[in-house]
Amino acid sequence: MVLEHRTIGDFAVGRYVAGVVLCLALLIGTGPVYAQARSTVTAPDSIATRVMACTTCHGLRGEGSNDDYFPRLAGKPARYLYNQLVAFRDGQRKYAPMNYLLEYLPDAYLQEMAEYFAEQQTPFPTLPKPDVSPAVMALGQKLTLEGDDRRHIPSCVACHGASLTGVSPDIPGLLGLRTKYISAQLGASRYGARVSAKPNCMQKITVLLSDADIAAAAAYLSSLPSPPNPAPATEGSLKLALTCQSSEAR
Amino acid sequence: MRTHRWFALGLLVLAQAGYGQDTSIVARGEYLARASDCIACHSNPGDKPFGGGRPMSTPFGTLYSPNISPDRATGIGAWTADEFYNMMRTGRSRSGMLLYPAMPFAAYTKMTRPDIDAIFAYLKTVPPVHRPNTAQDLRFPYNNRTLLLGWRTLYFTEGEYKPDPSKSSDWNRGAYLVEGPGHCAMCHTAINALGGSSASAAYQGGLIPMQYWYAPSLTSNHEAGLGDWSIADISDLLQAGVSARGAVYGPMAEVVHNSLQYLSDADIRAMAVYLKALPATGASSAPTQAEVQDKLRLFPLGKKIYAAQCATCHGMQGEGKGSDFPPLAGNQSIQMTSSVNPIRMVLNGGYPPGTIRNPRPYGMPPFAQGLSDEEVAAVVTYIRTAWNNRGTAVTDADVNALRSAPLD
Repeated sequence: MVLEHRTIGDFAVGRYVAGVVLCLALLIGTGPVYAQARSTVTAPDSIATRVMACTTCHGLRGEGSNDDYFPRLAGKPARYLYNQLVAFRDGQRKYAPMNYLLEYLPDAYLQEMAEYFAEQQTPFPTLPKPDVSPAVMALGQKLTLEGDDRRHIPSCVACHGASLTGVSPDIPGLLGLRTKYISAQLGASRYGARVSAKPNCMQKITVLLSDADIAAAAAYLSSLPSPPNPAPATEGSLKLALTCQSSEAR
Repeated sequence: MRTHRWFALGLLVLAQAGYGQDTSIVARGEYLARASDCIACHSNPGDKPFGGGRPMSTPFGTLYSPNISPDRATGIGAWTADEFYNMMRTGRSRSGMLLYPAMPFAAYTKMTRPDIDAIFAYLKTVPPVHRPNTAQDLRFPYNNRTLLLGWRTLYFTEGEYKPDPSKSSDWNRGAYLVEGPGHCAMCHTAINALGGSSASAAYQGGLIPMQYWYAPSLTSNHEAGLGDWSIADISDLLQAGVSARGAVYGPMAEVVHNSLQYLSDADIRAMAVYLKALPATGASSAPTQAEVQDKLRLFPLGKKIYAAQCATCHGMQGEGKGSDFPPLAGNQSIQMTSSVNPIRMVLNGGYPPGTIRNPRPYGMPPFAQGLSDEEVAAVVTYIRTAWNNRGTAVTDADVNALRSAPLD
């Protein structure tokens, strides 16, 4: 705060002096003077306070909200969250309200935000049971746990971990997300509106999925219960089905 | 000894100035290119800087900025310093073609030859980008460049900034930066139907076409008039992006991010001195009967929403929290005649830019997803009229119209 008044030379009136001058001006009523409330209290210097712009939609600790399209962030791997923040800022991932909010924020700050939400441990929500037929649920289960060799589609668990809580540093967990959100992300990946760093591995799989596959996988994933251990699997603990993780993370 | 060496170096710099090769001239050119914010328009987001091609929607059609990287075939690599200077000074391209005034040549004409040469020297050193220019896409009759002769007669006066000897050196430096490289009048003076800014309305504010943000008057104390701001607060706002009086948002966040945060303390202070001294104009008119009725109707709901959603950060009395959460009581940006900006802030939220002085800004959440048109109208009416704020009520229709405003 001292720095603010360091270079102001002849105009060196500190905040309080300015306040006094303003009050005097008001008392003697010279022309239109706008009294402005001033607070000497500053905001807590914490990352939790700095990300309050995020939590209206994503929940106070990143637990998600009742809206179908505002996903849970808590506990996802930090590098995954950072990659998404950068992709929103730079326009590779398109969602105008997010692109706008992050447009002028530096990498280091986005990293700090990502780490904050990655560290949060909050209970998983109870999601509504998907309203789909047993056949659709069975297809979703097959794709999630086994994939489809005939069509060269690997299973979700092959990369996102046996418990589907993701893998550090940059593969996201898939639990606690709503059906509509998951299907929207798979669709966006298929059509190239959601792009990850080269070689954009996920899109190699989503282009193989039909609308029915996407609906089934999304319904099944959203129906799964909370994992006993929500932590992402440790880096290197899983031999991935595809060797095309975000190269940026290496 | 030391002094002599520096003096000698100074002479050397002067001696080499004509060649534009000296590193200090390139560094000065980089500084001035930032002060002029060339990068904002001449780079397509996500592409290499200065390669041009950024589409700019105007009421007359879409313009695409040209490539100003030193690529010989598609940029300005084959240009001479004289050709670059003539373009900046006269608004005519190398071929003699008249430039559209989306290029702020009416401001750049005020820059000195050494400053323009320095920018050219710097642009020669950036990585060349091979990208042919995109043809302009303007509707008839605006696609006829000879019409620009008329525009130029009305709105363009060629010539370098002439210092006013009756003013301080700070004031003159500030005037040069604001009127020349800074090209502040491009947004802060209303754009009329011909796409021109009238000198008689200088810095009196206006809605930025196509972006739907209101660039406030820099002269009226009812808007962003800075007459009662301290030099320190103005400097903080310009350089850090936040101040004890308010933060930058919308298009101004981009200006601070790309340009103003890099300016020296002395230059920022000079700009503040000049802006503070702009003559005060305009007075707010009394609210209409309809506005008074709207206020009576919406105020109680707005007060309730404010207490639930806003007061944690902005305080029950709108006092804010230092420069972290701006005060709303007495904040000109909220009570000015146009309600566009406060409505958009509530709908879209926003982070001030991360800057050298404030790399981790606090942010405002969007409420478009959580509040109805009536609720937004109510809370904006509340903050515009509570705590002796002198704004007027806003309507559901005002809010609804801005829900589809572009965010990029």
